[in-house]
Amino acid sequence: MIKMRALLGGLLALALTLSTHAAYASQPRHMTIAAAADLHYALDAVLATYRQTHPQDAIEVTYGSSGTLLAQIEQGAPFELFFSADSEYPKQLVAAGGASGDPVPYALGHIVIWSASVDASKLTVADLAKPSFDHIAIANPEHAPYGKRAEQALRAAGIWVAVQSRLVYGDNIAQTAQFIASGSAKVGIIAQSLALDPQMAKKGSYAIIPASLYQPLLQSFVVTKRGADNALTHNFAQYVQSAEARSVFSRYGFSLPSSAAEH
Amino acid sequence: MAGLSAEDWTAFALTMRLAATVTVLLLLLGTPLAWWLARGRTAWRRPVSALVTLPLVLPPTVLGFYLLLLLGPHGAGGRLTTALGLGTLPFTFAGLVVASMLYSLPFVVQPLQNAFEAIGQRPFDVAASLGAGPLDRFFSVALPLAWPGFLTAAVLGFAHTVGEFGVVLMIGGNIPGQTRVLSMRIYDHVEAGEYLQAHALSLYLLAFSFAALLAMHLLRPRRLIAHD
Repeated sequence: MIKMRALLGGLLALALTLSTHAAYASQPRHMTIAAAADLHYALDAVLATYRQTHPQDAIEVTYGSSGTLLAQIEQGAPFELFFSADSEYPKQLVAAGGASGDPVPYALGHIVIWSASVDASKLTVADLAKPSFDHIAIANPEHAPYGKRAEQALRAAGIWVAVQSRLVYGDNIAQTAQFIASGSAKVGIIAQSLALDPQMAKKGSYAIIPASLYQPLLQSFVVTKRGADNALTHNFAQYVQSAEARSVFSRYGFSLPSSAAEH
Repeated sequence: MAGLSAEDWTAFALTMRLAATVTVLLLLLGTPLAWWLARGRTAWRRPVSALVTLPLVLPPTVLGFYLLLLLGPHGAGGRLTTALGLGTLPFTFAGLVVASMLYSLPFVVQPLQNAFEAIGQRPFDVAASLGAGPLDRFFSVALPLAWPGFLTAAVLGFAHTVGEFGVVLMIGGNIPGQTRVLSMRIYDHVEAGEYLQAHALSLYLLAFSFAALLAMHLLRPRRLIAHD
């Protein structure tokens, strides 16, 4: 019995030390970003350059589809900064009272036809109607902005009905790219920012889809309510609009919105 | 049922079709496998038994990941199905059947194996002394005595397939009428912020699962020990 109590006491003491230590360690500068999956490589690269000058800041990123992330933030997920693949979801977060401040546009995204099985560089959207493309991967238009734009492009090209039975839906744009990379889907529509990643460029080829075929994909971020008092969050939000960060975004195929330049 | 859209209904019907197909196929394949595991005499029994149980502990993502690689055009399974003129299995109903069979295998094999083991040797010795051959012994002794095991296996296999999500997410591609099963549909509703529709579907699924398990418990004979 005494041994048991000593053991329990020891465990309690250990738990207390660990928790106070964790609280202390997380005190200085720590934050978690919720980011759309199209940013997988681009934001990682931005973070890498940021860390060179701020090695002490602990920033973690969770990638997913913008709709998923919005739903999670609205349900109290511990994210300080929300990078959406469009501007609608950040606006929704503001309207729902879950944000601090207004959405800030940080990049204009583009969609491309991408394939790891055939040479995609000469393909047009209309070519996707060819029966040899038995599976065409796009992101789920219901909650992924890049999926919504893919649907618009297929509709604008007049082949939506023709390809519908051959569409497979990735949960987010990164999973969509992975469906195509594995070869299970011969072709698909993904974010240019994914296609331009050096690793991905080795696996496949892409053709840019004319911007006239879809609604412009202006991407915004917004500080969440939880991030309102987090100094690191505001520092990083500033950094994302700096020339250094913008040059990384443009390397990944993003156009830079003029409004971001005014900030 | 109220509150369900046409697309929800498609997902519902698809899920039932998938679970029924998987259950029937697993009972057909699982019975000889369970019989061999319960009564076989070779050293292979234990490794095979562990292999059959693997899907119980593996994250569905591991299974989904390997299946995607294996069944895709560059995988061994994918090359085989392409050579047979079947195309590749990811993103198809047949692919989900294969994946679900692996995923639900232990839920069908284990109850059957337990049921066969519980019969013991004596009834078979008696039957043999009365002149029954091996096949006759299986059909007129083992099957009737093991039926509660078959019931449990069928219900668990069916219910577990209905409840599958991770594997489908990895290799399904979320195609309406093909691979967009109920669990995917609920996920989509939640992602899109359509909580009302997610609630409706989730409640039906909850009620269904409870009813299936309750039916299984009610139908099982009270005193299984009497058979031993």
